[in-house]
Amino acid sequence: MKKVVSVLSIITLLALILTLAPANVLAQDEVTCESDVVVQADDWLSKIADKFFGDVLTFPAIFEATNAKAAADDSYATIADANLIEPGWKLCIPTAEYAQVILGVGVEAPTSAESIQIPTIVEGMTNVAFVYVGHIGDGGWTYAHNEGRRYLEANLENVNTAYLESVPEGADAERVIRNLARQGFDVIFTTSFGYMDPTGVVAEEFPDTAFVHISGQKKNATNFGNVFGAMEEMKYMAGMVAGAKAAEDGSNRVGIIAPFPIAEVIRLSNAAALGMRRTCPDCVMDIRWIFTWFDPVKEREAAESMLDAGATVIITGADTPGPVQAAGERGFTGLAYDSSNACLGLEAVCLGVPYWNWGPIYADIVNGVRDGTWVPEDYYGSTADGLLGFYGFMECQEPYPSVPASVIPEMQDVLGQMQAGTFNRFTMFTGPINDNQGNEVIPAGVSLSQSDLEGLSEGYMSAFSIEGREPCTICMGYLVEGFDSTAEIPPLN
Amino acid sequence: MRVKIEPRLDVPRWMPFASIFGALVVALLLGAILLAYGGLDPVTAYWQMLRVGFLEPYSFSDTMVKATPLILAGLGVAVAFKMRLWNIGAEGQLFLGAWATAGVALFWLPPTTPKPIMLAVMTLAGFVAGAVWGAIPGVLKAKLGVNEIISSLMLTYVAIQYNNYFVYGPWAAGGFGLTAPFPKTAWFPRLTDYGNAIPALRGLTAHMGIVYGIIAAVVLYVIFKYSKWGYELKVIGDNPNAARYAGMNLSRNIILTMVISGGLAGLAGMSELAGAVHRLQENFSPGYGFTAIIVAWLGRLNPLGIIIVGYLFGGLLVAGDVIQPAGIPLMIQGIILFCVISADTFTRYRIRIVRAAPVTATAAEV
Repeated sequence: MKKVVSVLSIITLLALILTLAPANVLAQDEVTCESDVVVQADDWLSKIADKFFGDVLTFPAIFEATNAKAAADDSYATIADANLIEPGWKLCIPTAEYAQVILGVGVEAPTSAESIQIPTIVEGMTNVAFVYVGHIGDGGWTYAHNEGRRYLEANLENVNTAYLESVPEGADAERVIRNLARQGFDVIFTTSFGYMDPTGVVAEEFPDTAFVHISGQKKNATNFGNVFGAMEEMKYMAGMVAGAKAAEDGSNRVGIIAPFPIAEVIRLSNAAALGMRRTCPDCVMDIRWIFTWFDPVKEREAAESMLDAGATVIITGADTPGPVQAAGERGFTGLAYDSSNACLGLEAVCLGVPYWNWGPIYADIVNGVRDGTWVPEDYYGSTADGLLGFYGFMECQEPYPSVPASVIPEMQDVLGQMQAGTFNRFTMFTGPINDNQGNEVIPAGVSLSQSDLEGLSEGYMSAFSIEGREPCTICMGYLVEGFDSTAEIPPLN
Repeated sequence: MRVKIEPRLDVPRWMPFASIFGALVVALLLGAILLAYGGLDPVTAYWQMLRVGFLEPYSFSDTMVKATPLILAGLGVAVAFKMRLWNIGAEGQLFLGAWATAGVALFWLPPTTPKPIMLAVMTLAGFVAGAVWGAIPGVLKAKLGVNEIISSLMLTYVAIQYNNYFVYGPWAAGGFGLTAPFPKTAWFPRLTDYGNAIPALRGLTAHMGIVYGIIAAVVLYVIFKYSKWGYELKVIGDNPNAARYAGMNLSRNIILTMVISGGLAGLAGMSELAGAVHRLQENFSPGYGFTAIIVAWLGRLNPLGIIIVGYLFGGLLVAGDVIQPAGIPLMIQGIILFCVISADTFTRYRIRIVRAAPVTATAAEV
């Protein structure tokens, strides 16, 4: 018995090694099918893609390959609509190379040769390290930061970058950050809220290293700054298109997925509700709190629960595009988050993606550190600074086909005002604004301050030892009018 | 000719070392194939892992930080395993210990409490909370015969959710799933605290928790080796019926063992919070209580062995930082673990190649 087990384990290991094998044949004009598959009941393209490539978003490769093959060999099916495949169809599963050609840079192949690395410095170069909370292939938050890292590699001379992914927040993060500093990295970006205190501790120990924390409020005078941005502007755009679509659907109901009851998420959700009310004054927004940034199952369940309750457009504030897919499967639409290609493969049912464009600000900071001009600050970028985008409306992009044509000019107009800086987070959050119980929260003519937007209550500031900021007076702790009157923020304390 | 696997009657002293060494070699070779396949020079990769985990001036400290909860929880698991009481719920006991520690540090004692008193009360609270959580499966087992494997494991999930309730609810600081940090009076002394006097200690975060680990190991060693209770544990473990005939109180011993086992795991949670995390948060433990089971087992339930294995495990975890993406070091860690545990078989069984018996003899039997 023992022997059988060990033989099996060797076979498993060999199988593992073989599946990692990068095929060396490059796709030419002709499509080579790695294998054929016959569609079964309950199959859909992304499920098959997930099975063969380990990623639901790779299904356009199968779509393209099968159609290309069908042109020459009619035993293969011709797929007209990626959302509609029939049992019995023969599909072509292309080689991994072909898939990569079709998908462009979209497919992360974490096991491919160049991606296994030892994060080290290179003498004579500017060494920049990134600490990620998730996996670089998450298609969301961490993916977007990793794109920023790749932007540095591509656009700056004489820069060496490295990353550490899936670093738990807390004591492990402190060790990881400290060891990067010990190795001699010149700039260290830490990209999750929970890295705030560890980054601050290590920054004190290594005065010659620059530390930049994403999404917090701590800094010091010499070598520790923080960066975040007005994603609320893009969520407002998301709300506008969602409202217009829900009105077109006749449901007048939008659902939003909220990860955690923190000021950032509340602010973004409120911005979406304000945008929705702008294009659809009768629309109502539903909300689900899921207490995670990344959990494909929970995100999907939250979307389905709101679809069951009558919503026809889903906006997600979490990392995966699963909610968009869930809406698409019922013939409805949704909006993904974080990275510009989050709706890859879901173009037909996606209304847009509010995304982060970290590359330019990373490049500015690294250049500033090199010149000695960088000064730690609370940097809060906006659309005008190029830190943010709304996929479908930025330069060289087309709105997705499901976006109601009637709302496009107004959205382009609002985006133009955001880029010009004439419409921003402060004008967005200007009273009179009521909460979803009808109580006035922002009086007429009053605009929220930056501290109000960030929800810097005295309790929060003392709990996290935030210094040098004014406390908020109208703290971000309410849901605005537009939310269903039964919606509430989970009580803390 | 056939292969026969039979139990070893006596295990040579060198055998466990040889089997672990052999397992390591096999694991490293398998890992090397994967690394080479991924385009990384295995020698460089292993050298980096060894360097960061064990050889750098700061490695001892970093590795100790990871090893401390493994050692404390591993000792807890070992106490129970010694009497064949399969407490696999150390993770839950660790969470409960951490919860009580955070309660003392943040809410139940004023932050101005003198450090020795604060730490003493936290230690007591951590031990007692873990002990209570361990006692539940103990009492159920002793009084009702409930399988402790199931009950202790299930209580782990209860403990984790209980913890989550507090970090998102009554004790939350802003909805992030964590509490405010402990006041400095609730922090274990760390090497880095003396960094101003001795610059070499700057940035070394090893903390007093390891002293707890060493004391606990020595106490357990003495108990196992010299005390009457240690002897009872072993007898009950080997043969409960004989133990009962000999007049040993099984129920009392089961509960007592689970109390101490859970208490030590609770202490692991206490030490992790007071020493490394300095606040209560969701998922503060990456499964220390479960890894502790492996540590205890590979340490052969010997307190000193557990310290050594815990330290090596800590080093392996720290060494994982040097290779990216994160799945690769996890895979190597998994392969090493798999091989070491498999090799354990060779110390218990021998493989003999037996020639087929002469045909005539078989025929004669028929």
